[in-house]
Amino acid sequence: MDMQVAKKKLGLKERYAVMTRGLDWTPSYQKMEDIYPYMQYEGIKIHDWDKWEDPFRLTMDAYWKYQAEKERKLYAIIDAFNQNNGHLNVTDARYVNTVKLFISGISPLEYVAHRGFAHAGRAFPGPGPRVACLMQSLDEIRHAQTQVHSISNYNKYYNGMHDFHHMHDRVWFLSVPKSFFDDAITAGPFEFMVSIGFSFEYVLTNLLFVPFVSGAAYNGDMGTMTFGFSAQSDEARHMTLGLEVIKFILEQDPANVPIVQRWIDKWTWRGYRVLTLVAMMMDYMLPKRTMSWKEAWEVYFEENGGALFKDLARYGITMPKCAEQIALEKDHLSHQAWSTFYNYAAAANFHTWMPDEDEMAWLSSKYPESFDKHYRPRYEFWREQAAKGNRFYNKTLPMLCQTCQIPMLFTEPGDPTKICYREVDYKGDKYHFCSDHCKEIFEHEPEKYVQSWLPVHQIYQGNCFPEGTDPTVEGFDPLAAVLKYYNLEFGRDNLDFDISEDKKNFAEWRGQATKNA
Amino acid sequence: MAVAAVSKYEFAPADTQDKFHGAQLLYIGWEDHLLFCAPFCFPFPPTMRFGDVVAGPMQAAFGYHPDFARIDWSTVEWLKSGKPVVLDFDKSLADNGLKHKDVIRFRTPGLAGIKGSCS
Repeated sequence: MDMQVAKKKLGLKERYAVMTRGLDWTPSYQKMEDIYPYMQYEGIKIHDWDKWEDPFRLTMDAYWKYQAEKERKLYAIIDAFNQNNGHLNVTDARYVNTVKLFISGISPLEYVAHRGFAHAGRAFPGPGPRVACLMQSLDEIRHAQTQVHSISNYNKYYNGMHDFHHMHDRVWFLSVPKSFFDDAITAGPFEFMVSIGFSFEYVLTNLLFVPFVSGAAYNGDMGTMTFGFSAQSDEARHMTLGLEVIKFILEQDPANVPIVQRWIDKWTWRGYRVLTLVAMMMDYMLPKRTMSWKEAWEVYFEENGGALFKDLARYGITMPKCAEQIALEKDHLSHQAWSTFYNYAAAANFHTWMPDEDEMAWLSSKYPESFDKHYRPRYEFWREQAAKGNRFYNKTLPMLCQTCQIPMLFTEPGDPTKICYREVDYKGDKYHFCSDHCKEIFEHEPEKYVQSWLPVHQIYQGNCFPEGTDPTVEGFDPLAAVLKYYNLEFGRDNLDFDISEDKKNFAEWRGQATKNA
Repeated sequence: MAVAAVSKYEFAPADTQDKFHGAQLLYIGWEDHLLFCAPFCFPFPPTMRFGDVVAGPMQAAFGYHPDFARIDWSTVEWLKSGKPVVLDFDKSLADNGLKHKDVIRFRTPGLAGIKGSCS
């Protein structure tokens, strides 16, 4: 009788080595610098790629199996949500505007992150980071897709989401998140890893995903909440990768430290400016609040981030200096942002409104130093005017910051009554900034930021009208033409929530579900 | 500092004056009136009379605020790039020394926004 000999199986560790690092080889007839042309010019020195420690010993076959299982569960829940009219279980229809902001402002970034990590992975000669980037690249495209699928049910019933990707590339305020990511993917692979991998995914991600996901949970949005939980294990992996990247680069050569510090300073600030949108979402757009922006900043940045930078001190890395200014802005950021969207409600793909009395009281209690003094009088005036049929719609285009592309809405650090103006003369032209930090970022790489596609300037150059538009004809209405170019319908996708189709429909549909007609 | 790049990195700036069809950009902010969330950006021909800017586009942009009608223009203080400047209503933008992408602000003494809140 023949003995059955069990097939020799690789242990986990060996298997991992064979399936990742074992796939690499040393080229014999091409030069390394020809195969990896982006490894030198950023000034980062790597001496030994094998020193890269893989935070997760995950191989591709395990990745597929694991993700497929998670996604089966997610889609089952999305189906249940859709079939049970889950959209009618949200707190009130104002909540849906949060979803609009997410799908047009954040989900397209997931897709760009997918491209960015694919590009960075291709650029690294070390097999460890290459495999890690490949997996994150796949995570990001999955996130873009699952978000689109989770949110598409809302698009069947509510306005403003029908062409989110087209809008992402055109609508004025969406140039803020778009240009942030464009800036990152047009940097070198090391800067990309520090900007997105570390500063965004590690330092700031809790301020982006936690507010949206817990906001969804608090407001009865099971679809978005489930997506968030499904992505959580990926996000944990991204955070670990971001930290590993930083430590690896810093340990390789002391000359890397000042370069990395400058990137951390730059990208913490760039990321924080994008979070302006999250700040106003938390304080104004969630009918049922989770915590205030200020509280979130204190927990997730000042406490957690503080501990992180203490840990990085042994490499010579210090807390980004912009943290001081951010601390001064935390009492004002969300109010200034919401005021801006209230101003420009005619040109956005979501609705705005004035907080009611209870919400004003909540804002006063969360912002005792600033709300009643600086913002309540403004809101009360707007509310009175709206009641008289004179709702404020600002129709004149704002001045934008050349770097972050946000309207110049931020006030001087320490003086919330004065707009902060900064400017630079460069090669015969003037450039304007919202802050010292945005100005410094420009000054370091002016050649890059003189190319900024600033929506306001582009409109005035005539580049934001549908093809064939003649702006010289009598009675030409620039706002109408720009909205057509955005693919937004005036009176349906924009303006105040109070007069919106969303509000009317939601009341009617929920009424059908809860009352006898 | 210059941008780090693998090869020559030279691209035309996006907003030079030649791209605005004969207009130049002028940014205008009203101090202590944050009801308008940010300063405005306008395209004007350099030959436009400054008084016409105030009476036309500025009236249209800022007129919603109850303080605007109360402005005594003889007491208004103008700033260009943050420094005091005298602007003549009868002269053109160019003759007032205003160039493409200049930023001016105006302060209206005695008017400090809704209930004095700088809104």
